Amino acid sequence: MAEDALTVTALTRYIKYKFEADEHLKNILLKGEISNFKHNVRGHFYFTLKDDRAQISAVMFKGNAWRVPFEPEDGMSVLVRGYVDVFERSGGYQIYVESMEQAGIGNLYQQYLKLKNDLEKAGLFDERHKKAIPMFPTQIAVVTSRTGAVIRDILHVIARRYPLCKVLLYPTAVQGEHAKEEIVKNIERANENPDNDVIIVGRGGGSIEDLWPFNEAIVAHAIFDSKLPIISAVGHQTDYTIADFVSDKRAPTPSAAAEIAVPDKMTLLERIDDDGRKLRHGLKTLLKEHTTALNRIMQRTIIKDPSRIVMPYSRQYEYIEGKLRLMHPRKQLAQSYDTLSTKEKALRLAYQSVVNTAKNHYEQVTSNLEYVNPLSIMKKGYTMVRKDGKILKKARSIDSGDAIEVVFSDGRVTSTVDTVILEDEE
Amino acid sequence: MEKQSFEAALKELETIVEKLENGDLPLDEAVKEYEAGMKLSKHCRQLLDKAETVLASVVNEHGDSEPLDDPNTED
Repeated sequence: MAEDALTVTALTRYIKYKFEADEHLKNILLKGEISNFKHNVRGHFYFTLKDDRAQISAVMFKGNAWRVPFEPEDGMSVLVRGYVDVFERSGGYQIYVESMEQAGIGNLYQQYLKLKNDLEKAGLFDERHKKAIPMFPTQIAVVTSRTGAVIRDILHVIARRYPLCKVLLYPTAVQGEHAKEEIVKNIERANENPDNDVIIVGRGGGSIEDLWPFNEAIVAHAIFDSKLPIISAVGHQTDYTIADFVSDKRAPTPSAAAEIAVPDKMTLLERIDDDGRKLRHGLKTLLKEHTTALNRIMQRTIIKDPSRIVMPYSRQYEYIEGKLRLMHPRKQLAQSYDTLSTKEKALRLAYQSVVNTAKNHYEQVTSNLEYVNPLSIMKKGYTMVRKDGKILKKARSIDSGDAIEVVFSDGRVTSTVDTVILEDEE
Repeated sequence: MEKQSFEAALKELETIVEKLENGDLPLDEAVKEYEAGMKLSKHCRQLLDKAETVLASVVNEHGDSEPLDDPNTED
C-alpha cells in the first residue's frame, strides 16, 4: 500500500501540469480590487485580487512591475492581464500579472477632459475672473471634512503664521455620493457670512474617484459664482482637478493654501521694525535740516549786530542836527525844533519796531532750539545747583554748611550742605 | 486705538512712515507724526505677539457656529 502512495511533489507536479495544459488559463484578462499590496525590495509586486465573493493571489515581477505607470494600492480597482499557474513550494495557485491598468479610469478621465474643455471655452478659468486674495484676512472659511488632516494642517499653519485670523469650518463630505452637493451648499453658506474674507476648499489625497466631486460641473460653477475669493487645495501636488482651475488660487496642499491665505508673522514683525527705523531716521534727518537752517540764520549780521539796524537812522539824525545848528533865527530854530521832535518821535517808533521785529524773530528761533535748552535736559532728570545765584560746576566750590539751591525744571529746592566729598581730579 | 485692527494700524503706520520720509512736514508736526507712528508700531507688534492660538469654530447643522476642538489634540 505504501508503495502506491504519491509524494507531495509528484501530486503537485501533476496539478501544475493540469493548469499548464489549460489554454484558458494562459492568457487571462482579470478585473478585481487590490488588497494586501506589497512592493518588495527587489521590485516585485505581491498582492491579492478580490471581488465580493472570491480572491486570488497575484504576483507581478519587477520586469513587468516597473512599467506600471502608477503605484498600486489597497482598494484600487484594476484590470490585469496574465496567466495562472501553480507555485509548488506553497502549494497554491496564483495569477502571474504581466500588465496592469486602473479600471474605470479611462472613462472618468474622458469625462474630466471634456468638462475641462467645456468650462475653459465658457471662460470659467479666465485670469480676468480671478479675485485677489486679501492680504490680512480676519476670518477664513474652510470647506472640508471635520475629521482628517486638512483642517488640522490649516489650523497649524495659521497658528504659526498669523494667529490674529479666525477660522470657521463648514464640515463637508468631500468624497462619496453627496459630496458635490455639500461642497456647493457650503461654498454658498460661507458667502452668506459677512465675516468671512476668503474660502479654502479642499481635501486630502485619494484615488481619482475620491477626488471626483471636485471635477463636477456644479462644484466648478459654485466656485466661479462665489463672491469671496477661493483657494483650492485638492489632493496631492500632482493632482489637478477642475476645481483647481476655476478657483482664484490653487494650492498644492492644504498647508500651502493656509500659507497663501495669511501673511507671515515673522515677516510682519520685520516690516514693523523696519518702519520704526524709517520713522527714527526720518525725524533725525528733519532735525538735522532744521539745525542747519537755524545755524545759518544765527550767522546773519543783523542778528549778530542789531545796532546796524539803527545805523541809517542815526546818520539821518546827525544830518538834521547839523543842519539845525546852521539855522540862526530863533523862530526858525523853534520851528526846526518842532520838526526835529516830530522826526525824532517817528525815528524812535521806527527804531522800536525794527528792534521788536528782530527780537521776535530771535525768540522764535530760540524757541525752536528747545531741545538744546538746559531746561529740556533738566526734564530728563538733570538738575542745576546754584550758590548765591551762581551756577556751580564743581563740588570743590561748596563748603559744608553752605546754603545751596537745586533747580529742577518745575521749581527749586533750597538746602544746606551736609558734607562735601571730593574725588581726585584726573 | 485698542480696537484698531492689525491691517488698519499697519496701513496707518506706513502712511506716517511715507510722510516722514518725504521730509516736507513742519518740525512740530513731524514730531507728532513720529510719536503716533511709534505708538502704532508698538500696537501692531503687541497684536502679533499677543495672539497665540487661532480662534477656530465650526458651523453646525443649524447654521450656528460653535467652538472647534483643536484637532491637534485629538491625535
